[in-house]
Amino acid sequence: MVLARIVGTVVATRKDPRLVSNKLLLARPVDPRDRSRLEGGYLVAVDTVDAGVGETVLIVSGSSARMASGMKDCPVDAAIVGIVDTVDLNE
Amino acid sequence: MQIARVIGDVVASRKEPAFEGVALLLIQPLLPDGTDTGRPLVAVDSVGAGVGERVFFVRGKEASFPFHPVEVPADAGIVGIIDHWSVVDDAPREGSAG
Repeated sequence: MVLARIVGTVVATRKDPRLVSNKLLLARPVDPRDRSRLEGGYLVAVDTVDAGVGETVLIVSGSSARMASGMKDCPVDAAIVGIVDTVDLNE
Repeated sequence: MQIARVIGDVVASRKEPAFEGVALLLIQPLLPDGTDTGRPLVAVDSVGAGVGERVFFVRGKEASFPFHPVEVPADAGIVGIIDHWSVVDDAPREGSAG
């Protein structure tokens, strides 16, 4: 999983029927050592935990995203599965 | 599987119900010589690993297998704590690609 920050929302009227009534958010991975630093490409992820713009979240990618609540057999490869409170780094 | 070092923990109170009671650890993948390679990532832990330990982890859907039959939506999971490792001979061979 990666840590990411929600940077926006995605609205799509025409989409796969299995995506109807799912919230789509735009996220960008953050550097866990400096969460203010965004890095890498943008991701469109389905939201199963009611995240909002500005929050740091946990994103699961690949086929595991289909294991998120209500995502069985849905055409998704990224899902927001947690809202991060704190990251305790201890290297 | 890949070698990594546990560098921290992640606390999330609002999360998928399947994550309840599952430790989320921040890990830094390593090369066999112990240097960092690639970005740190978050992995679920099924073996009781702690910060500072060397571990090996799986990527992909297999990360959720230790929690079967609970479907934990994870794409990286720590599946072993490494006591020690050694590279015996990884010198390139004559006439081979490496």
